[in-house]
Amino acid sequence: MISETTTTSPEAEAVPPPGPAPAKKRVPKGAKRLLTRRDRITLAFMAGVPTVLHVALVWVTALASIALAFTSWDGIGFDSIKWVGLDNFKQLFTDNPQFWPALEHNIIWFVVLILLPTPFGLFLAVQLDKKIRFSRVYQTAFFLPVVMSLAVTGFVWQLIYNPDTGLINSLIGANKPGHYIDWIGDPKLNLWAVLIAASWRHAGYMMILYLAGLKGVDPSLREASALDGANEWQTFKNVIFPTLRPTNTVVLVVTIIESLRAFDLVFVFNKGAQGTELLSILITNNIIGESSRIGYGSAIAVVLLVISLAVIIPYLIATFRKERRA
Amino acid sequence: MTTPTAALGVKQRTPLRPARVLLHTFLVVTSLAWLAPLLWAVYAALRPYAETSNKGYVSWPDTLNLDNFKNAFQQSDMTHYFVNTLIIAVPAVLLTLLLASMVAFYVSRFDFRFNIALLLVFTAGNLLPQQVIITPLYRLYLLIDLPGITMSGKLYDSALGLVLIHVAFQSGFCAFVLSNYMRMLPTELTEAALVDGASVWRQYWQIVLPLCKPAMAALATLLSIWIYNDFFWAIVLISTGENMPITSALNNLSGQYFTDPNLVAAGALLTAIPTLIVYFALQRQFVSGLTLGANKG
Repeated sequence: MISETTTTSPEAEAVPPPGPAPAKKRVPKGAKRLLTRRDRITLAFMAGVPTVLHVALVWVTALASIALAFTSWDGIGFDSIKWVGLDNFKQLFTDNPQFWPALEHNIIWFVVLILLPTPFGLFLAVQLDKKIRFSRVYQTAFFLPVVMSLAVTGFVWQLIYNPDTGLINSLIGANKPGHYIDWIGDPKLNLWAVLIAASWRHAGYMMILYLAGLKGVDPSLREASALDGANEWQTFKNVIFPTLRPTNTVVLVVTIIESLRAFDLVFVFNKGAQGTELLSILITNNIIGESSRIGYGSAIAVVLLVISLAVIIPYLIATFRKERRA
Repeated sequence: MTTPTAALGVKQRTPLRPARVLLHTFLVVTSLAWLAPLLWAVYAALRPYAETSNKGYVSWPDTLNLDNFKNAFQQSDMTHYFVNTLIIAVPAVLLTLLLASMVAFYVSRFDFRFNIALLLVFTAGNLLPQQVIITPLYRLYLLIDLPGITMSGKLYDSALGLVLIHVAFQSGFCAFVLSNYMRMLPTELTEAALVDGASVWRQYWQIVLPLCKPAMAALATLLSIWIYNDFFWAIVLISTGENMPITSALNNLSGQYFTDPNLVAAGALLTAIPTLIVYFALQRQFVSGLTLGANKG
């Protein structure tokens, strides 16, 4: 949905402008009167089935996460669910040696993605938007990591980071026992090693989003700026970048969500061992890990949910408001 | 004669300026750097383990062959896992498109009071991190008994369970994209059909849906790749290694069958091949789908 701002709005503008809006509003009323009983049942079914499925599996479970966060439950029978108030949260914030590092790593994840691969993706997009030859070939190269699963990405990068057989240590001669640089195991290094792999992927993704945004930039703006004697950097800074605002919003939201969702790469790398803990990993370890604590895991999920909604809700409200105005 | 063509050339194709040469050099070097991890994996996969353990990985190859690919494929019975993925991905993609287009049809053609609220629910749901809902979902899947319907007798550890969560999760995104698309179709189309007495279902199935083909194609491409690439749902919701789709199975296989880095490389690359084929064949659909409404990766 995110880039309805980048692509759909220009298209929507191309479709007959002001006129149809009020006409549209009139149609349903007239149309509704024409509906037979069977039509109404069909419509209820068409809207109902998908909504029920989505709400039941996504929203009811999200609410259940919140409810379970205030309980302790061993998962055997409903009788064993016990209300414990804020205990899970208290324990989480004060006792859990993994929680604060995990939260910190999620934040670092976001900061790194937004500061390094995102601007680089924008830079690539600007270069590739210059009507140069082989643009598609370059795009494909940068975009390839985005197409592959994160699991494959994890395995590919392990071949680079392996202490004894990996590319880096082989190149710098640190692949002899006793001289290992343990890119995956060392808690001081592993988060950065994973983040390089994550950035490798993120840059291509951002490039594609920005390329779509740049296509929507009116070429006459660029010409006008050139006529005014602005150089390339000035044109970009003063003319192009400001018009990319909708894309920037999308990019920001995508990057935040990606940082909160980060899971696969780390799980493949080292299952979130010391140094690479993430909120998503802690939640999952409370399900499939050795310590299965439902209420406790849910409390971590609530933290993740609150952070996500703090981003999602303002973004969606702004998006939908803009749309209604359009 | 030379002047006009030269002038044309200048206008249409930028001349060979030093800046352009520099730009191309930069792009060639960076794209190669970007491909390097993959090329390194291909290189490792092509070399016999005996040779690399003897000479080291950074060395000139004596033999290059496809043995690792062959072994990785056969030893781990990869076909089985590819079939698992197909059993999950095909119904999931089709169902998602069907359900999402039905909701989109409803909100874009009929109900203008609820459409914003409904779309908000769907799109917000799609943006949530999966881990937010996984704990109750896992419990729910364990609670639902389906004797005789799924192999496990539950929603847990079944292809059906994975199909359902994929459909529920992805339909949010698709409903949003499709409703935007349908709103751009002229209202006269369905109005005329309505006056002619066509049922709502016919308006949807025979008039609106065929017009949505481009958007549906883009979404189908995206969904196929996303669902194929999914790792998390199956890791948590499938317990039997045998039942896992290929992407999640890779994690188990790498310890069990892919015993050396060369085999790991070959196995990982093999699982990437279907996505790469879909991507290269349907590149335009993929990119347009992503930019039509990308919210995830």
